[in-house]
Amino acid sequence: MPHVATSVCAALKSFRSRSLLSSGVLSLLLAVGATVHGGDWRQFRGPYGNGVADEVGPPIVINSTNGVAWKISLPGEGLSSPIIVGDRVFVTASSGLNQQRLHVICFSAADGTKLWERQFWATGRTMVHPKTAVAAPTPVSDGEHIVAIFSSNDIACLDLDGNLIWFRGLGRDYPNASNSLGMASSLEIAGGVVIAQVESESDAFVAGLDLKTGVNRWRLERPHGANWTSPVVLRGGGRELIALQSSKGVAAVEPVTGKVAWEFTNSASSVSSSTLMGDVLLVASQGMTALKFGTGAEALSQVWQSGQLRPGTPSPTVLGGKLFALNDGGILTCGDAANGARVWQLRLKGPFSASPVVSGAFIYCVNEKGLVQVVDLSKPEGEVVFELDLGETILSTPSIANGAIYFRSDGRLWKIGKS
Amino acid sequence: MTGPVVHRLPESGLSMRAMNIKYCVLFLVALAGAATARSATPAKITEPLRAIRAVGPEGQGNAAASAAWKQLAAGNTDTLVPILTAMDGANDYALNWLRAAVDSIASREIRMGSSLPLADLGKFLMDTGRHPRARRLAFELVARIDSATADQLLGGMLNDPSLEIRRDAVQKVIDQASQSLAAGNKAGAGLLFQQALNSARDIQQIEGVAKQLQELGQPVDLQKHFGFLSEWKIIGPFDNTGNRGFENAFPPEQGIDFDAELDGKTGKVRWKDYSTRHKYGMVDMNQPYGKLKEVLAYATTDFYSAEAQSVELRLGGKNSWKVWLNGKLLFARDEYHANAEIDQYLMPAQLQPGRNTILVKVCQNELVKDWTVEWEYQLRITDSLGTPIVSARDAKATAENTTVKNPATNR
Repeated sequence: MPHVATSVCAALKSFRSRSLLSSGVLSLLLAVGATVHGGDWRQFRGPYGNGVADEVGPPIVINSTNGVAWKISLPGEGLSSPIIVGDRVFVTASSGLNQQRLHVICFSAADGTKLWERQFWATGRTMVHPKTAVAAPTPVSDGEHIVAIFSSNDIACLDLDGNLIWFRGLGRDYPNASNSLGMASSLEIAGGVVIAQVESESDAFVAGLDLKTGVNRWRLERPHGANWTSPVVLRGGGRELIALQSSKGVAAVEPVTGKVAWEFTNSASSVSSSTLMGDVLLVASQGMTALKFGTGAEALSQVWQSGQLRPGTPSPTVLGGKLFALNDGGILTCGDAANGARVWQLRLKGPFSASPVVSGAFIYCVNEKGLVQVVDLSKPEGEVVFELDLGETILSTPSIANGAIYFRSDGRLWKIGKS
Repeated sequence: MTGPVVHRLPESGLSMRAMNIKYCVLFLVALAGAATARSATPAKITEPLRAIRAVGPEGQGNAAASAAWKQLAAGNTDTLVPILTAMDGANDYALNWLRAAVDSIASREIRMGSSLPLADLGKFLMDTGRHPRARRLAFELVARIDSATADQLLGGMLNDPSLEIRRDAVQKVIDQASQSLAAGNKAGAGLLFQQALNSARDIQQIEGVAKQLQELGQPVDLQKHFGFLSEWKIIGPFDNTGNRGFENAFPPEQGIDFDAELDGKTGKVRWKDYSTRHKYGMVDMNQPYGKLKEVLAYATTDFYSAEAQSVELRLGGKNSWKVWLNGKLLFARDEYHANAEIDQYLMPAQLQPGRNTILVKVCQNELVKDWTVEWEYQLRITDSLGTPIVSARDAKATAENTTVKNPATNR
């Protein structure tokens, strides 16, 4: 997240009162078929941490009976993504005095009914830039637990029914690991360990917390510096590694031990997260850099580096051997994931903070004004095939699960698609 | 560095001093005879409460607390007040475990059609000796049962020791003042805004009310209202090339000698007086030294207290800094130009009777962007609610009454 002028933030706030779902735009949506069908979406940017839905069923068509399934109100503020586990949707929010009230809320995916809510008091600092919120990082689930983290570095682990398993106050334990602009790194789970990347200028670490108790299994010092990127799980060779990105580069660590397996030290973005494509990690470094990784220190190799692909705040996504990088202004660039060459560019209506997500042959991009733009990637140079104006400021990355796509603003959650 | 907890606006356990008697009496009369012995802790939750209250830093006690939480959350409405009572003296980790249990029980009981114990919860709420956060939770439960009564109670809670309750009560007065203003009653609005200002501790509320009073021709001296320390002695600039000065201990960290001439970054430097008239008490090093880069300076002031007392030093600023109280490092923060606000960092501290010496080190880095010009900080001393405490000497207090609350505010 870059420094943002106050005037820009004020302008952003002004968008929040816009009306919802203009009928004309909705008609356009209804007229176009789209593939939104997949399984769970248990973490930031989906099952593989790359914005790609895990397709499990036949495509569905968004038609007159299958548009906005439901929309509901949320408390306070937040730009974390919803996550979906089975028939439940989980969302975090922050509210009240200095956003010190932290919410974890569970809704029925079927009809948006609130099933339960738990609230916590922040134990760490809650100061954030007006553009963001204390509920900025996205929670994670292993299918049995919901683990939610906030900018205050408070972490709550609950079961799917809202029973508290453990609570940690990393902001209280390590009070200098905070950012006066706010923290935003989302959690990961691997090997029975919750990975919390807590990096700021004054203190920085990554902690491996036991999923069952929340106790530190290990804690690794990290380069000091503001960092809003999220970890990505690398799978291959019968084991998992966690890719941790920072302005210095990328380090891969073993989730169970915290031992560093390999490092890439040619710098990287502290905003746009890495994207996984098979055994290649696509990193926002010197434009974009493709790293082929294995299971040992010797296995890391740089495949290509391209200055033609430059994501902004949004993290890139992939589909069919192509990489898609979206900059803040709205230029969507398609690159060849084999060599980094630019294939085509498409100008969307910006500005953007949310990362794009992919399902089927479509990439879903929602700008900060709440305008959803869906690009058909089967077209030779991509083509916007429909738009949907949600009418509110949206900085949150959408989530796709079970044939539906979810968007959230500060005060609202939409389910669009299969009802 | 001893590593004090630095966080925003903790709730205090201080007792309320100015509760509106009328509302208290009316509500307590209504409760009389209705309250039962539900506040007694049922034996079956004694051990779970003990296990949860034992949680600590870095997940200490989490495994036992997780099992205990299941037992606790299985309770019924009779256990709500005992759990709230167990928040007394609990640390911030335990408070969240206990809160989650209350949430779980209350939601389940409401869903099952049970009635929450309004009388017991109300009685607990009115006991200002209880933990402020527990009382706030009790208030929210009361509001779920009877929102009209909860709203009426707020009228007597302007000076509540719970920041969250107080904030809601203040907002109610602000809303009334705005209505008076809209109706053309400027005099009445002014009185209500002043009442809100006296009780408000939320920064946004204070600034909003001050703006309204300004427009009504009743300007507020915000520096005085917040209690920012304005009189300092400063020395600098010292070298902070490569930001290494943050860790380098220059002579003022070894001892303060106002007669000393020290080696600065570009020559000899001496202590000099500095007084800020900034609305928010900013001590701006760019004023005496110019817009320098890769430098640092020190500032010191004395604060007089009649007795040993727990306070908070509250600092705001965009630069790296360190703060010492009576030679002891309270906290060090190495972050540049991210953001700044009033009460950005809270440092719990203990004042000694008589003179207390505060030393601040404030650093400037190498960046030259227009948003990296600031080289400044603001500092005030408050109680845990944010009520400013002024130096006894500044308040011209007598030896018998040397620590004085800001006369512009209530506690």
